[in-house]
Formats: sequence, C-alpha cells, structure tokens
Amino acid sequence: MTRHSPTSEAEACAIVAEAAAQRTPLAIQGSGTKRAFGRPPQFELTLSSSQMTKVTLYEPAEFVISAEPGAPLNGIVRLLAEHRQELAFEPLDYRPLLGSDGEPTIGAVAAMNLSGPRRIAGGSARDSALGVRFVNGRGEAIKSGGRVMKNVTGLDLVKLMVGAHGTLGFLTEVTFKVVPSPQRVATLWLVGLSDQTAIAALSAALGSPYDISGAAHLPAKIGDGARTLIRVEGFPDSVEYRLGELRSLLKAFGTAVVLADDTGRDLWGAIRDATVLAEPRDKAIWRISTAPAKGADVAARIARTIDARWFFDWGGGLIWLACSTASAASAATIRAATREAGGHATLVRAPEDVRAAVDVFDPPVEAIARLQTGLKASLDPAGIFNPGRMFPEL
Amino acid sequence: MPIAFPIPDAAVLGRRGEILTGLGQLVAPEALIVSEDERRAFETDALTAYRRMPLAVVLPSTTSEVSAVLKFCAQNQVKVVPRGAGTSLAGGAIPQEDAIVLGVSKMNRILDVNFGNRTARVQAGVTNLAVSQAVAHEGFFYAPDPSSQLACTIAGNIGMNSGGAHCLKYGVTTNNILGVTLVLLDGTIVEIGGEHLDSPGYDLLGLIVGSEGQLGVVTEAVVRIRRAAEGAKPVLFGFDTSEEAGACVAAIMGAGIVPVAIEFMDKQTIEIVEGFAKAGYPLDVGALLIIEVEGSDREMEAMLARIVGIARKHNVRHIKESHSAAEAAAIWKGRKSAFGATGRVADYICMDGTVPLGQLSNVLRRTGEIVASYGLRVANVFHAGDGNMHPLILYDVNDPAEQAKAEAAGEDILKYCVEVGGCLTGEHGVGIEKRDLMRFQFEERDLWQQMRVRAVFDPAWLLNPAKVFPLDNRLTA
Ligand SMILES: Cc1cc2nc3c(=O)[nH]c(=O)nc-3n(C[C@H](O)[C@H](O)[C@H](O)COP(=O)(O)OP(=O)(O)OC[C@H]3O[C@@H](n4cnc5c(N)ncnc54)[C@H](O)[C@@H]3O)c2cc1C
Ligand SMILES: Cc1cc2nc3c(=O)[nH]c(=O)nc-3n(C[C@H](O)[C@H](O)[C@H](O)COP(=O)(O)OP(=O)(O)OC[C@H]3O[C@@H](n4cnc5c(N)ncnc54)[C@H](O)[C@@H]3O)c2cc1C
Repeated sequence: MTRHSPTSEAEACAIVAEAAAQRTPLAIQGSGTKRAFGRPPQFELTLSSSQMTKVTLYEPAEFVISAEPGAPLNGIVRLLAEHRQELAFEPLDYRPLLGSDGEPTIGAVAAMNLSGPRRIAGGSARDSALGVRFVNGRGEAIKSGGRVMKNVTGLDLVKLMVGAHGTLGFLTEVTFKVVPSPQRVATLWLVGLSDQTAIAALSAALGSPYDISGAAHLPAKIGDGARTLIRVEGFPDSVEYRLGELRSLLKAFGTAVVLADDTGRDLWGAIRDATVLAEPRDKAIWRISTAPAKGADVAARIARTIDARWFFDWGGGLIWLACSTASAASAATIRAATREAGGHATLVRAPEDVRAAVDVFDPPVEAIARLQTGLKASLDPAGIFNPGRMFPEL
Repeated sequence: MPIAFPIPDAAVLGRRGEILTGLGQLVAPEALIVSEDERRAFETDALTAYRRMPLAVVLPSTTSEVSAVLKFCAQNQVKVVPRGAGTSLAGGAIPQEDAIVLGVSKMNRILDVNFGNRTARVQAGVTNLAVSQAVAHEGFFYAPDPSSQLACTIAGNIGMNSGGAHCLKYGVTTNNILGVTLVLLDGTIVEIGGEHLDSPGYDLLGLIVGSEGQLGVVTEAVVRIRRAAEGAKPVLFGFDTSEEAGACVAAIMGAGIVPVAIEFMDKQTIEIVEGFAKAGYPLDVGALLIIEVEGSDREMEAMLARIVGIARKHNVRHIKESHSAAEAAAIWKGRKSAFGATGRVADYICMDGTVPLGQLSNVLRRTGEIVASYGLRVANVFHAGDGNMHPLILYDVNDPAEQAKAEAAGEDILKYCVEVGGCLTGEHGVGIEKRDLMRFQFEERDLWQQMRVRAVFDPAWLLNPAKVFPLDNRLTA
C-alpha cells in the first residue's frame, strides 16, 4: 500500500494525474477517523491531506475562514473561539460512535457535510461553505465559489463537492462562513413525554418566534426517563426573555425547567455525536432524515419489527437509531418505513460484512442514479476517487 | 461592445410552422402564443436594452405538459428558454430567435402548507410574495425577499438563487428550498429532496438552485417557511459620507451583531427614492443605512442600543426609528422601490458584485471614480451586511455611445470587485450580462469543469444556451 501525502495543490494534481493515467483508484483520506463509515473500500493507493494543514485565511471581521483540507478541526474551533466565533453548523464528531481516534480534519467535515443539532437554525455544513478548491479526476486544480457571503457566479460546484465523500475530487482548500459565538446558550427541558407529544412540543417551539437553535427528544429507553430539550442562544437578556416566553408557551406539555448551562452543553454534545447510542458497540447505527411531523411514526413503525432504541434531533426530523439485528432484512424494513414517510436512512455503523452487503445510503431512483453517474464521470472520468464509497457504482 | 447573441439556426427558423403544429398538440390552444404582438411581451426581461423575438411562447399548466414540451423540443432540437416573471436584471430570461420561451407563470398555486413541518409545497410560477401571504395568517413567512417580490416567481428565484434585504439573517434561496420537481430535457420528471433535510448522494438540489435554467425546468418546490419575529423595526442612520457608513457596517458586524438587514443608500439614491416614495428619508446626509432589528420590544431596544453606540463612534448624524407599522412600511417601501424609482429618472444597468466587508468603503469610492471617468452618474443602493453591492449606472438607452460607456463602466467595476476578493454577481445571476466577464473570475479549466457538469443535463446545449458561459470555446457534445 502506498500513501501519498502532498504538501501542495500542485503536488496533489501531479499525483492524481498519474493515478488517472494508470486508472489506479485512490482512497482519499483525512485523518482516518471515519474509516468505519461508508462502504468499505480496499485500495492500493491512498491520497492523504495530512501534509496540507494550514489555515490560509481568517478574517474575523469578515466572518470567513479558509483552510487546507488536513487542518485539524479542533485547531480551527480553537482559533475561532479566540475571536468568539464558531462554525454555524456545529459539526458532529463520529469518533464516539465509530470508536476511532485521531483528529478529524476540516476537509473530511466538508466531504461528509457533517452537521449537528444547529442544522435546523444555522444550516448544514454545505450552507456554510462559501468556496472550495479541489483537484478533479483530470489532475486539474479547480475552484468554485469564493470567500464572499453571496455568490451566484456560475454553477455551484461547492454544493456538489461538500457531501461527496471524496468521490468527486480531492479538496485542497475549503472556505466557510463563520458566526459570532452566542454569549449565552440555554436549554429548557420537559420530562416524561411520549415521542408523539414531545415532537408536538418541539414543533410548537420551532413554530414560535423565539429562535430555537436545538430541538431534540430522548425517549425513556435512552435512560434517565424521557427528556425533551429546547435550546435558545444569543445575548443574555434576550435568552432570558425567550426562556420565559417558551415556558408559558409549552405549559400544556408540562413544566419546562431551565438546565444549568454546562449540563445543557454536555447534553447537546451527546446529542450531536449520538454518544447516547455508542454502547453497546455491536449494535448497528442508522441516521434517518424525514419530515419532523413524521419522525415519531417512522420510529414506531420500525420498532414494530425490529428491536431498536432511538432518539430525535432536528425537531423530530432526524432519528438516530440503534438496532441489534444488523442485516439486509432489517435494512429493508428501515428503508421502507422511511421512504413511505418521505426521507432517507444512512447506515452509519455496522459490522464489515453487513456494510459490504447493505447500501450505506438509500439507493437513488433510476433518473437520479443516471444524473449521479453522469456527474461522477464529468468530474472523475477515470473513476479513481474513492470508488464504491458512497454507492457501489460510483 | 454590445452583448452578442448566437446566430439563429436557420434550419430551426425554417421549421417554425412544423414546430408550432407539434407544440399545439401538446398544450391547450391558449397556452401557445404565436402572434408577434403577444410574443413581444416576452422578448426581453428587466435588462431591457436587449431583446429578441422567440419562435413561440408556451405557458403550460401542469408538470406533465412541461414534460411533453421538453421532450418534443429535445427530439426536434429546439432551444428552450425557461421563464418565470421575466424580472431578471442579467438578461437571464431573454430569448433568442430560434428558441421557444417556456413560461411557468400559469403554474401559480400553493399546493400544501404544513406548519408542523414548517414547509410549503408550491407550484414554481407562484410569486415570491404570494408564498408569504399564504402563510401570514399563522404568523409565518418565506424569508428570501427580492425587491421584485410582488412580481418575481419562485421558479426565477431558484433559477438565480435570489436574495433580498432579509437574507443577511435568513439566508438566500438555496438555504430556504428543501426540494424541487425538476423536468429534465428528455421529459423525465424527477423529485429532488422533499420535506426532509439533506438527501443522500450528490447535492442535486444545491446544483439546481442558481443554475439559471440550464439544467432543467422546475415546476414545483418545497420551500421552508418560518415564524416571523414578534416585532421588527427598521431604523435609519444618516452619515455625512459613504465611507463612514461603510465603516459603520463593518464595525457592527465585527462586534458580533447580526441584524436582520443592513441596507445602504448613497446620496443620489436617497434623492431619487425620496422624490418618488416619500419614505421620510433625510435629504441632508451623504449616505443612509436602513438597519432592521427584530424580536420583542425589549430585545429590539437592547440590540438597537448596541448598534447606536457603534454608529455614534462612526459619526452618525441622523437616527430615525420607526414608531409605527406605517412608518416601518414607508421605510421599506422606499428601499424596495429604489430600482423602480431610479428607472423613472434614467435608464440604468445594475451591477451586483459582492466584496469582502472590509472592502466596502474602498469599492464604493472606486465605483464613483470609475463611473465619473466615463462621464456618467451612479446611484448605490445595496445589501451592505453581506457586501453585495448594487451600483446603478445611469444612462440613456437611446444613446448607443452612452450605453457602451455604461457597460464599460459596469465591466470595470465588476473586475475591481473580483480583484479585491469578490465575485461578479451575488444574487442576480450571470445571464447574458456578465457572461463575457466570466474569465475574470474563473480560469478556463474552471469553466470547462462547470460546462462538463452542465453537459450531464443538457449535452446538446438546448436549455437557455446563450447564457452564463462565454459563447466562444464552449464544450460541445
Ligand atoms: C489497506 C486499507 C485498509 C482499509 N480498511 C478499511 C476498513 O477496514 N474499513 C473501512 O471503512 N475503510 C477501510 N479502508 C478505506 C480508507 O481507510 C477510508 O475509507 C478512506 O480512505 C477515507 O477514510 P478516512 O477515515 O480517512 O476519512 P476521513 O479522513 O475521516 O474522511 C472522511 C471522508 O472525507 C473524505 N475526505 C477526507 N479528506 C478529503 C479531501 N481532502 N478531499 C475530499 N474528500 C476528503 C474521505 O474520503 C472520507 O470519505 C482501508 C483502506 C486501505 C488502504
Ligand atoms: C425592480 C427589481 C428589483 C429586483 N430586486 C432583486 C433583489 O432584491 N434581489 C435579487 O436577488 N434579485 C432582484 N431582482 C432580480 C430578479 O427579480 C430576480 O432574479 C428574480 O428571481 C427573477 O425571477 P423571475 O420570476 O422574474 O424569473 P425570470 O427573470 O423569468 O428568470 C430568471 C432565471 O431563472 C430561469 N428560470 C425561470 N423559470 C425557471 C424554471 N421554471 N425552471 C428553471 N429555470 C427557470 C430563467 O431561465 C432565468 O435564467 C430585481 C429585479 C427588478 C426588476
């Protein structure tokens, strides 16, 4: 196995051009923390971002940061915090679930479109991505987007590259919009609600004028009784006011209690990374996205035939689900329930034999599959980047 | 140099009768517009200096009609220019002689509103404002608010990834669309996204938003609706100079305050707008900011106090709060009618470059110098909070020499925007207007990569073919 770790975009171009000429598949790697995610590929050559780690631009007053792909996420988070700023999308960290170590890179965060609880208010990683540079499958350095807040110049390849899991190119620079860190983050919680009622409560909060930045429900099976969590953030006086208004708004659902700020922070961390489902490690983990109002239904349907534990984020629209029977059959059940409600299910964690047999992502309908195959060929004509990682045919 | 159009395909022109007959079999008679008089309403958009008469105009009422028309056009190699309301400022909806216009304006119904999911499914020809109006009774709204929102359609907003004053807080079109029904050129109907977030696979939705009608025709959309804040208050801040106003914007944002909107007007604009809308703008200032805060009364007060503190440090000369809904509406009416009011005093072209916030004052100054060097006047009115500049270059459309100067000045300004780290267009799109400037922002290989992506959807260049990419050195099948 050979590992290439270019130190510049130009070097990366040369490596890719050579691999393309030989039609040698390349595993695109950051720090390897998410090796257990996605379809398991086996490659001779690895193209790693480990030697491209610089922050290339940071203008706090302009709310923009650019970095090479191998820049560790924790370094970026620390740098932003020094200026009381942060990434709006609250990137989730897969290490607790996947049991991996090493430092996640900003390139992998972009490649996987990793977004946490604030997705419902601050958008996804993709929404925050202003620009990318990448090496396409011809070995050419391509740029799309830029560093300004609004940009509709040409086709938006940024959106394609963010979330492509390294199958369309090797990112060499990513630029994100950042936001001021809220001065206070506070959490309300309600206890003892059923899934259906909890999601109704979250929906009432999200449909209120009080700017909710997190809306999750941990059913009793997760432990510690059923807990419904609502997060608000901003200037302290405003947060205090909104907490009060929300408590009266939610009266019908019980007495909402304000959590101590650090207890709240820890809980949101656990929700973001789904650590509450990390153990036992032999369980398969699914991440299901559906319409919030359908969330409780989807989970209940799955539970009819599969022994599962789950919790909700995104106001009910995101279901994290752990089940013991990881098999093609259970995958079919989960996908059928999700599809009927509208949405999709991603297999995040499973034993390798299951990952080899079950599609990690919902297989697309034929017309979309054709477009995806076309897009892959347009960016990576020799099919060398992470083949098979997202879908068997890509 | 005036903007070039491709030479019409004589073979297609020669087959016009046959093409009209074919189309006539696919849609109701009133949906097919063939007479020259009626076609004239579609020969341009808001870039009125350019116009071309299309072969015909088709205004379908259903997705399946759109599908049938596209399939027919693909089979017969007829070009198609998708159209919403035709308010594009970039010439994005301007037809060409050998193309049909495919307009979605008849598909204007709200299909479903789900307050629990905070989504609405709409037909793409619905106007932007109609979406907000349809959900207002529950206190909800659709956030992206182009000044043209009374007329422009969700289809056009998706085509251009349009923005508006309130996008500073709520994001532009791409951040507020969850799904579309897209008809591909071969007639295939695809559902992309839906009421859930983040679809698996490549982000086709993100690619389609802002693709300027080159990838397919959007017939329906799932949009995100939001609950409006308890209250909102626009406040006017007057400064002696544009530089002070620009620096104040940077300072407010730099302090971690993100108001809902920060809009900028220079002296020229204030005079034009006040003369038209009587919005109560002060006339003795050199530049004006409209800053909107929202929330409860107490929250707004606190936020305003912070902003006023910063503005005072930047020598603000005049502060006027709105004290009633009517005053607030007047302030916004002035801003939203700025283009229209300008159009009454002169012809104009509107530039749309976006620059890093720290460059605002500098680019404003340079814009003034550039336009003056061509002997023309400029009015600046724009979304300052996100650096999205809109210099309106005033000229006389009947004077070809002046038009050439206005276009040259616009070009110089946009080049400067790119030079300081910005881009050619922040929300209006490339269309024909900025098509030939694309090489200032992109390398040839970047454009080729975009064209290869385009070719996945439209290898024969039939969909809105004269737009976005320079006419020379194109990737062809
Ligand atoms: C000998 C060998 C054995 C392997 N065994 C396994 C195995 O047992 N299980 C398994 O799952 N995989 C295995 N792999 C595959 C491989 O480790 C990863 O799947 C892949 O290389 C990237 O994963 P990562 O964990 O490094 O990703 P991370 O660095 O965590 O990145 C996550 C995702 O982002 C992408 N990414 C990261 N940086 C960039 C960038 N700059 N540009 C574009 N995309 C980027 C990655 O490709 C990946 O899709 C093996 C590979 C080899 C060579
Ligand atoms: C006075 C005035 C003020 C304006 N203010 C703003 C503003 O504040 N912010 C802003 O962003 N813009 C603004 N604009 C520009 C314009 O209104 C927007 O670009 C708007 O989104 C265009 O919508 P439309 O329905 O008129 O689309 P059109 O002009 O008809 O079309 C726009 C583009 O979308 C494509 N398109 C149309 N329908 C479809 C479809 N069904 N499927 C695929 N593609 C399609 C077209 O081919 C074209 O490329 C303003 C324009 C005017 C005249």
